[in-house]
Amino acid sequence: MTLGTDWAVAWVRRAAEVIAEHRVELITLDREIGDGDHGENLDRGFTAVLPKLDALPGDSTPGDVLKVVATTLISTVGGASGPLFGTAYLKASGAIAGRAEIDATGLVELLTAARDGVVLRGKAEAGDKTMIDAWTPAVDAAAAAAESGSDEREVLEAAAAAAEAGAVATESLVAHKGRASYLGERAVGHRDPGAQSSALILRAAVEAAR
Amino acid sequence: MTVGILIVSHSEKIAEGVVDLAGQMASGVTITPAGGTDDGRIGTSFDRVTAGLAATDSGDGVVVLCDLGSAVLTAETALDFLDDEARARVEIVDAPLVEGAVAAAVAAASGSARADVAAAARTANGETAVADAPTSPADATTSGPYERSVVLVNRDGLHARPAAEFVKLASRQDAPVTVNGKDARSLLAIMGLGLTAGSTVTLSTPDPAGRPAVDALAELIESGFGET
Repeated sequence: MTLGTDWAVAWVRRAAEVIAEHRVELITLDREIGDGDHGENLDRGFTAVLPKLDALPGDSTPGDVLKVVATTLISTVGGASGPLFGTAYLKASGAIAGRAEIDATGLVELLTAARDGVVLRGKAEAGDKTMIDAWTPAVDAAAAAAESGSDEREVLEAAAAAAEAGAVATESLVAHKGRASYLGERAVGHRDPGAQSSALILRAAVEAAR
Repeated sequence: MTVGILIVSHSEKIAEGVVDLAGQMASGVTITPAGGTDDGRIGTSFDRVTAGLAATDSGDGVVVLCDLGSAVLTAETALDFLDDEARARVEIVDAPLVEGAVAAAVAAASGSARADVAAAARTANGETAVADAPTSPADATTSGPYERSVVLVNRDGLHARPAAEFVKLASRQDAPVTVNGKDARSLLAIMGLGLTAGSTVTLSTPDPAGRPAVDALAELIESGFGET
């Protein structure tokens, strides 16, 4: 069961729904250790993507879908998450460019490129209490799953579960990047909103693969 | 050569205010604001930054100054979307927004190349401009260093406008000149001297060929910069 354009579109739609549903939760997380705009910004960005999905040409590939997400998030989000998620989707799009169907290995390439995009843009490292702390375990788990012969849905499930655990694990970390880094030890005990939204978006990818 | 300057801020008002302030000291330099989101809220806009880059680059390059973190991310993302040739002309400088913009604008107004405009902006971080302020005396056998002291006549001291004029003239000289030991090409270093009316200003150069440069700068100070 490889994943095609329908999956990519369904992923984006589901991600938009999930972000909207968790908007207040993300705002609250961000208000505790950031500037409180994460949920609102991301919701605005994904909402802006939806009409563009309807306008995609019929022969669009999954990479084309992700590219639309990238450019829309970059130009509509306004906070740090726009360039960060935008670059993630842009690099992911590049990794699978031209392919009509994505297999398990392709998903690992997609996720790896997305993570590398976030690292490139944000210059954060694992353990800095950022979205990297969701993305890197997700990439590692996806790679391990693909290597052991899992199918596409199982690879995405492994990635989402690892991202969720990674997001929870940010609670014990001191932030070294972004607005939360100004808080020092006071950020300990709070979950990083970017790691949480990353986990939500990766969970949406699983749900789209039914 | 006129390098352009792009001001990226979370706030439209901050970006416009910085442009107004820096522009006052640097006529003829394109300084563009890219502040706020597309609908004028607090945030940074990829589209405003992209349009700002295009409007600011005359071919001589652009120095970009940003405020808080995500302004840098937005600017870097906008750079990623430029073609290689255009991207090579743009430099994002990590410097305090207001002080960096003023220093960069004055350097750009004096015709400095992009790397020197960027270096001028970085002086706002406490770094030395273009080169270290010359301190070593020149070879004594070649008529040696030259020094001249003059008195500042401006009633309000060496405030921003005359300081900018002074730095522009200093930047056009080939020889290095110091003002009370500070690099004459560094606006922020000069303003940091806090020279008030009646202060004695000592201009010196280690370079024997710098005599006309010292004299030109001394005469500018003695002239009162057109103020009475």
